[in-house]
Parts: sequence; C-alpha cells; structure tokens
Amino acid sequence: MAMTIDCKGMYYRKLNKMIRNAVEEGETEFVLDNINGQRYIGNGINEKVKITINGVPGNDLAMFMNGPTLIVNANAQDTIANTMNAGEIIVHGSAGDVLGYGMRGGKLYIKGNVGYRTGIHMKEYKKQIPAIIAGGVAGDFCGEYMAGGILILLGLNKDDDTPIAGDYFGTGMHGGVIYVRGDVDESTLGKEVSVLELDKKDDKTLKKHLTEYCEHFGLNYDDVMRKPFVKLLPVSTRPYGNMYAY
Amino acid sequence: MSSQIPPEFTVEIDYDKCRRCRRCVMNCSFGCMQFKDKVVPDHKKCVACHRCVTFCPEGVITIKKNELAYKESANWTPEMRQNILKQAETGGILLSGMGNPRPQQILWDHMLIDACQVTNPSIDPLREPMELRTYLGRKPNHLEFTRGDNGDIKLETTLQPQVKLDIPIVFAAMSYGALSLNAHKALAMAAKKSGTLMNTGEGGLHTDLYPYASNITVQVASGRFGVHSEYLNTSATVEIKIGQGAKPGIGGHLPGEKVGDEISKTRMIPAGTDALSPAPHHDIYSIEDLSQLIYAIKEATDYTKPVGVKISAVHNVAAIASGIVRAGADIVTIDGFRGGTGAAPMVIRDNVGIPIELALAAVDQRLRDEGIRNNASILCAGSIRNSGDVAKAIALGADAVVIGTGALIALGCRVCQKCYTGNCAWGIATQKPELVRRLDPQLGAERLSNLLTGWGYELQEILGSLGVNSIESLRGSRERLRGIDLDEQTLDLLGIKPAGIGQ
Amino acid sequence: MRCNCYIPSGCAISGMMSESGERMDGNAIIKSIALMHDRSNGLGGGFAAYGIYPRRANQYAFHMMFDNMEAKEKCEEYFNGTFDVVLDEEMPTRPGAVFEEETSGRYPEYGTQPITKPPVLWRYFIDVPENKTKFVSEREYVVEKVMDINSNVDGAFVASSGKNMGAFKGVGYPEDIGVFYKLDEYKAYIWTSHGRFPTNTPGWWGGAHPFCLLDWSIVHNGEISSYGINKRYLEPFGYKLELRTDTEVVAYLFDLLVRRHKLPIELAVKALAAPFWKDIDKMPENERKIVTAIRQVYGGGLLNGPFSIILGHSRGMVGFNDRIKLRPMTCARKDDMLYMASEESAIREIAPDLDEVWSPRAGTAIVGELNEEVET
Repeated sequence: MAMTIDCKGMYYRKLNKMIRNAVEEGETEFVLDNINGQRYIGNGINEKVKITINGVPGNDLAMFMNGPTLIVNANAQDTIANTMNAGEIIVHGSAGDVLGYGMRGGKLYIKGNVGYRTGIHMKEYKKQIPAIIAGGVAGDFCGEYMAGGILILLGLNKDDDTPIAGDYFGTGMHGGVIYVRGDVDESTLGKEVSVLELDKKDDKTLKKHLTEYCEHFGLNYDDVMRKPFVKLLPVSTRPYGNMYAY
Repeated sequence: MSSQIPPEFTVEIDYDKCRRCRRCVMNCSFGCMQFKDKVVPDHKKCVACHRCVTFCPEGVITIKKNELAYKESANWTPEMRQNILKQAETGGILLSGMGNPRPQQILWDHMLIDACQVTNPSIDPLREPMELRTYLGRKPNHLEFTRGDNGDIKLETTLQPQVKLDIPIVFAAMSYGALSLNAHKALAMAAKKSGTLMNTGEGGLHTDLYPYASNITVQVASGRFGVHSEYLNTSATVEIKIGQGAKPGIGGHLPGEKVGDEISKTRMIPAGTDALSPAPHHDIYSIEDLSQLIYAIKEATDYTKPVGVKISAVHNVAAIASGIVRAGADIVTIDGFRGGTGAAPMVIRDNVGIPIELALAAVDQRLRDEGIRNNASILCAGSIRNSGDVAKAIALGADAVVIGTGALIALGCRVCQKCYTGNCAWGIATQKPELVRRLDPQLGAERLSNLLTGWGYELQEILGSLGVNSIESLRGSRERLRGIDLDEQTLDLLGIKPAGIGQ
Repeated sequence: MRCNCYIPSGCAISGMMSESGERMDGNAIIKSIALMHDRSNGLGGGFAAYGIYPRRANQYAFHMMFDNMEAKEKCEEYFNGTFDVVLDEEMPTRPGAVFEEETSGRYPEYGTQPITKPPVLWRYFIDVPENKTKFVSEREYVVEKVMDINSNVDGAFVASSGKNMGAFKGVGYPEDIGVFYKLDEYKAYIWTSHGRFPTNTPGWWGGAHPFCLLDWSIVHNGEISSYGINKRYLEPFGYKLELRTDTEVVAYLFDLLVRRHKLPIELAVKALAAPFWKDIDKMPENERKIVTAIRQVYGGGLLNGPFSIILGHSRGMVGFNDRIKLRPMTCARKDDMLYMASEESAIREIAPDLDEVWSPRAGTAIVGELNEEVET
C-alpha cells in the first residue's frame, strides 16, 4: 500500500522531511498528489523507493538522488537529476533546462522535449553509466562538456523543419555518446564532436534503452526504430590539451 | 620549433668538491641534471625548486638568477619579452602556478597592531588563559529563553550547526589531483591533530581520508567530481566553490595524464580523461539559484552541517557576500587576488580581482551595516603569510583565516610556481608515484601542525599584548589596528585610523 | 534612503495578459508569484498593472513615493508649475498586510514579514498643459520631468508614470506587497510581477521592480553584466540613471529604441539580445543587412549576462531571454490568455489546464498583443 500525501499548499521542507522519515521507517512507495512547484523531491534518498508525482514538481527534482524511482505525471521544471547517482526518473511530459547536470548514474526518461544544456557534464565511471532519453527535441548546448554516459534524442512527432537539437550541439563533449534518431545538421555541432554510423555494440545499447523507454510510455519499439540513428562522439578526450603555453 | 628563450636560472656546481654521487640527478624531477662523466645541468630546465641544493651532501650546488643583460626598458621587462617569445612559439595561453607574484602593495604590511601600556594591562599569555577557540556557522541575532514551572530556565532557540576550531586557521581548498594523495593525507592528519579543518577542493574525497571526516570541508564545485550523498555527509562542513582568488570567474581543468586510478576512483571519472571544471556552476546563473543549491545540500545533509560559499574578491564583493548570506550560506570564504592556485592563466592571475584586505574590510562592514554579520562566519583567504597577517585579518573582521600556499611551504614547497607541470620535486603537486613517495604524510602532518602551533603561540602573544584573553575580543576590533603609509581613502576603506592617532 | 551603490539581484517573474482585453483582479498574479517565494528574499516585490484606471485613461497616473510629508510638499510645488493635477489621493493600502492564502511556496512556520514602514504613497492623475508641448512632444516632456523629479526633488520618487497603468512595489515579499496594495480591488488586462533577491541593504521602496517609465514596465530576473556600458550609452540621450539597478537600463533602452527611434519591438529585442555573428552570417541578405546594422549601431545597448525579462506596455507584453538562455522562462496559453513565468508551476498555480506550454528560445521574443479591436 503506497503512502499517499496530499501536497496541496505544502512547503517542500515539510514534504521532504515527511518522505525521508517514512523511508527511514521502511515505507517503500509514495504517491504525491497535488504537487506544484515543491523543490528537491527525491534529494538525498539512498533507498530504492518509488515515488509517483502528480503535478509539476519544482526545481532540482532528484538532486543527489541515489536509488529511488520517480514517476512524474506532468511536465518537469529545470535542473532535474542534478548530480544524480542512481535511480530512475520517468517524466510523462516535457522538461526544462540543465537536465542531468553532472549526472553519473541512473536513468532519466522524458516523454516530450528537453530544454537547454541537457546532459551537461554527464559523467560515467566504470559500471555507472547514466542515460538520458528524450522523446522530443532538445534546446541549444545539448550534451555540453559531456564526459560520459548516454544521451538519446528521438525527435518523435517532430516535423521535418524542426531540428532535433539546437545550436552548439555537443560543444565541449569529451566522453560518452549521443544517439540521434534521424539526421543532424552538422552546422549546429560543436567543434569537439563528429557524426558517425552505428556499430553492433551501439545497436545493442540502443535496443536495451529504447525497449525500456517504449515500455514506460506505451510506445511501439518498431515504430521508433523505423528511422535510422546516427551517433555523436567526441573527436578527442583531451579537447583543450594544446591551448596552453608552459 | 626550438625555443629561443634564455634560461631563467643558472646552476653552478663546484666540481672540485662534487663527489659525483648523483643524488642531485635522482632528485631533479624537471630533467635539469644529467650525468655524463660529471653532473651537467641543463640550465633551461631549472625552476629553482631547490631539491638538488637541499639534498646535495656536499652543499656544492648553487642556483643563481640568470642575470643576462637585456637592453634596459622599464616597459619591456625581460619577463614581458620572454612571455611574448613563449606565445610566439606555442600560440597558447600562458599558464602559471601559485599566487600573483607582482609587487602590488601588500596592505597587511601597512597595518600595525596596538598594545597595552600602563592605562590598561597586558596579559601574560604563557601562564594565564588565552582562548583561540572559534565556532564557524550561522548564529541567530538573539536567543530566547523560557522559565519552566519549576523555575528552570530553558533555551528555546535551536542553534544552527556549528563547527569548532581550536585555532582560527583552516587549510585552503586544494584538490586531490592538484595535490598528491600524500599531501592530502598530511593536511587531514594535521587538521585533526590541530583541531581545525582541511578542505578537499573540488576533486572528491579519497576513502583513505574518510576517518578524518569531522575535520574535513568537502567542496562542491562546478565539475561536481566525486560529489554524492556519502561524500556530502562525510564532512564537518560543505563548501560551494564559486570562485578562487587566483582566477576569479575562470574554470580549470585537470589534464588527463594526472587522472590515474586513484584519482579516477575519487573523482568518479574514467582514468586518463581531462577533468573539466567549467567557469560557472551550470545550475547557478543568479543569486536565487545559489540559494537553491545551498538548500539542496542542506536537504541532502538533513540540515546537520554548515554550508559555506567561497568567492574570489572582486569589485562588488560586499554586495555579493551580502547576497550569499541572505541566500542561506552559513560561512562565506573570500579569496583575495594574491591567493594561490595549481594552474591559472597568467593574465587572469596577475590582473583580475582585488586585494583581500580591502575585500574583507568591505564585506565585514557591509554585513554589519545590514545587521546580518552574525548570520554567517567569514573566512579570509588569499596569501596569509604569518600570524601577524592572521591577527590583522581577524581584527578587520574575519572569523578565521585560510592558508594554502603557507601550508604547502610547510610541507616543503619552494614556490617555484610549476605546480601545473606535475613535476613537483617535493611530492606535493604531482601524481607521479616516485615523486609522491617523497612526501611522508606523517612527517608532513607534523610540520603542518608545528606551523599552526607556532602561529597559535604567536596569536596568544598578540592577544596578551592587547590585554584581551579571547579571540572574540580581537575579531572585528579595527580600533586596535593603525595604518602607515596609506592614503586617506585606503584607510577609510579599511576602516582604520592612521598610526599616530589615539582613540 | 537611496542606496548609493550598485545592487546586483536575482529574482522571480510572472506575467499574464488577456489578449481580448478582459480585465482581471490581482488575486491570480499574487498567487502565481507567491508560489515562487523562495526565489526572492523579502527585500523587494512589485507589480505592474494595465487597464486599472479606465475612467482616467487619458491622464498620466503618477504613482509617487515620498520619504516624508515635506518631500511630498516639495514635489507638489514642482507639479504646480509643470502639470495640471486633476486629482490626487493617497494610495489605498493595508498596513501590516500578509498574504494568508495557502501556497506551497512558503511555510508560515518560517515566519512572515508583514509590510510595514512604507514611505508616503500618493497618486496623481495629471494632464500636461498645452503650452508646455510647443517644442517637445507630450511624452518627451513627461519623461524629462520624471527624470528631473527622480534626480532633483529630494525624497521623491516616481514609481510609475503611464496612462491607465501603474506600478505597485515595495520592500517585502511580493505576495505581501500585493495584499498591502489591495491589488484584489484593481482590474487589469495585463499583470506582471516580480519577487526580488537583491544583494543589498533593505530599505528603499523605489529600488523594487517593476521599473517603469511612461507606460513601459520591466520585470527582470538575472543580472545585466553589461550595465556599465548600457548606462554610458544611454546618458548622452538624456536618461539619468540614478537608481543603480540594472533593470532601469532595460526600461530606458525600450523607451529610446521603440518610442524615440521608432524601431518595431521585435527589432528592439534584436538589438538588446542580438543574434550571434555566426548566425547573422547565415541569414538571407535583407535580414542580414538589417541585423548587422542593428548590431553596428546599437552595440552599446546589447544586454549581456543572464536575464529573462517581461516588458509590459499598454498594448501588450513581451518576454525574452539572454542570448544563451541563462535564466528560465516558461510561456503558456489558455484561450485568450498568455502567461510567462520563471517556473511552470507558477502558471499552473493559477491556470492548471493549459492549451500550450513552451519555453522560448534564447534571444527570441514572445510577443503578446491586445487584439486590434480592443481599445485601451
């Protein structure tokens, strides 16, 4: 039985304290109704609890999060999955700017569009490989300074004139991989990345992530795969090695 | 392209007395000393780190400044000419280590401390109590008490978390990556021994240091390396790094060749990749975003630790510090323009920022004017060189000071300013195992603690001569400072009177 | 009272307009900005409202702040030879006001800050005597006088000076300021609001936003790093920048570019948040020529640094971000309503079901305009 909290008019500090205390007492499932703008939900929780969020959660959703699964039945705002370590976030809407900043583990599934600077400075370490998958299109500076992890942009339901991502796509990228469904306008790419064909390993990675993605949002995997993908990889892991005079 | 730049130093060896033991060759980490049939120095490679000089058993090595004559020009100094040659050869940004070496006026040296004579007594610091204990953290402006039915008085105010320092001197934020693990260990051990704090800088916290958690400030910087909830909670305080005195507004990066297995584990990035620290935090583009991050950290640590913010001293520092305090920070660290660094573009290090003395005076005054001085502790950083500087900083308004370069010198650093090369001969700013080994953490900790002990005694002497026996009677007591050789406006900004004027 | 140092500040903004000109009371906008309580720090909040004085729509409504009654007398003496004051009255207020509705933006246990110690708040409905406008236009004349009062009449400050609009601002959290000014009793077709997080001493009501001149109003989140040059660029045009807040440069730049230089608003936005040269080089010839010329001529007006801004004027509302979108802005539509706010939740708070929600691209203006047939 999930613990249901009516969050109407409730300040975040009270709400998060309530959740943390309940987690400590062994509660594993939460339903938060009437959420609107409460910050930091999921912050600092190290258990694998499930939190369903009905409403638009505030900024820094899942910051430093380390285990929980969050389901957002609305749009999400800015800076979600900030410095996140582990867990899953499923957003049944679009999300704002600076998603997954410094994220180093866990998964972020967005049904709709994502804003500016998605996946900025995502990192990976050994088995901790974060993934962000967005069903729509992304704003400028997507994958900026990306140092690891997997970013997938699907551009589902977009018209042909809408670019899949904004300008400075992959600028400063020096690790990880970005998969793009459809074409990439090379004039929008940052100077540190290049576009490549997928190999077998990529196919496997994509299949794994997209199967899960489709399950979350009730999409047909074959429909999604009908369009070919390309990938963006950094040209160098040391993009700024030659900039200094010693 | 072969270099046309003449050597900066010349190495002289008294071959008559040299035993050819080659210790200098083994010790030189910059490849300057080679052995053919005798030791032959390549002067161009000498950085004046003094390693060979220190370890030559015969004492026959001397390093001299290369006094090569240049056609005189007060404008085109030899250094200016050499820098241009360097850039003409490489097309790169000039990089440098340590703090600003330029001869700008050092205001500490233009302030003098008062003492008691006749009308009020000085105190004997060796035999009478003399308190240096300092608490860092947000304090309320007043306390509330109630009296219970049984007459007992109860404190109603819940104080925010406070961190105890036995001496008002903490170690500066220097990352594992910029420093060796042995240097980090030495700092942590010394912090524990001396009852103060070391600061991880932005490179994460190696698990070997976990036992020292209660003497550690963990830093959250723009790169977020090794930042996770365990890291945040393995600490006495958490610091958000916005800026650094040596390079205000500038990011940095740890080159991939320094990212070995241990650093990779601590920073949680693959070995061999560059660790980029962007100039801004990409979740802070405005003051309300800083507030958002401060409270994110407080949520993650359940409001159990003070959260500080470190900024560099810039023109608007007073207003910025006020905003930081209002944003919820419990500690504000201000780092002046002479502060050190492992690597900074020289043009930034030498031209951006303001002196710490003026910044500190402005911040303390502004917070007092606004009635929020009690709401945060102020840490003063950026080239504190001796206990006199410490006393003056505290009198200007700091709660405690921060030492970085000073601490490294205690560990053996000779300020050769080559930290960014990774060749530190003293095992401090390097990741090469054969060099790191040169620094024994135990011994290093002892040297650091000795320094703090010495400065502590000296601070007590100063307090005693001032006729007070607790550090809080010096904190912000600008009346006990006087300026010499300072213009009226500078005196005004520092909030002190010129020497020669009484109360 | 006035702080003589430059004050950087962060913020929350929210704006709403009915494109069909329907007038709404101030409860909704208060609720919206209240939700973003934590984006401000209690040192400033304010609102701009359009359509609030329909029966006096032809007169300039001066919302004034005076340090004391003496300043008020001095200012009224100044008005005497300058304007025809048709009506003057005290601003209706609720001293000690606190927003008491339920909101997830704040938690009453953390305390409230009732609005106290306001300056003398008075409003004047003003006609410009005909003989004053022989050599300058009426609006130019009003601008001159506003500048003159703000710099030369001690203790007097013009909070707003447009027709059928007004600014309501002060020191405190915005939701409390809204209750203080009884905004529930006003009806407007455009409301904008601002919660401020300044990094300075509390105390000066005039320093709060919105910043207004004639019918321009600006609410702004972020800091304009180019303030220094924007100020020096504006000064030779006769603007006196004495409020030491970066927001005033935005209001004056719109006044200069749109009212005086007659640039269409979307081109003014191109001057303020200019496209990058790399993108200009790719534009079709005519557009490239226009934008290149704008950047060449109005370089001193380029706003650099992080910002999101909502500009209000009598026929509409314009929202835009800095060139690389360092501040947030969400826009939404529901029927004839256009909303803009720093956070989506601030819009959902007052309009849970929306037709459309989106974030504008950097440097791209979102323009809301009254339908043509609506008279103001």
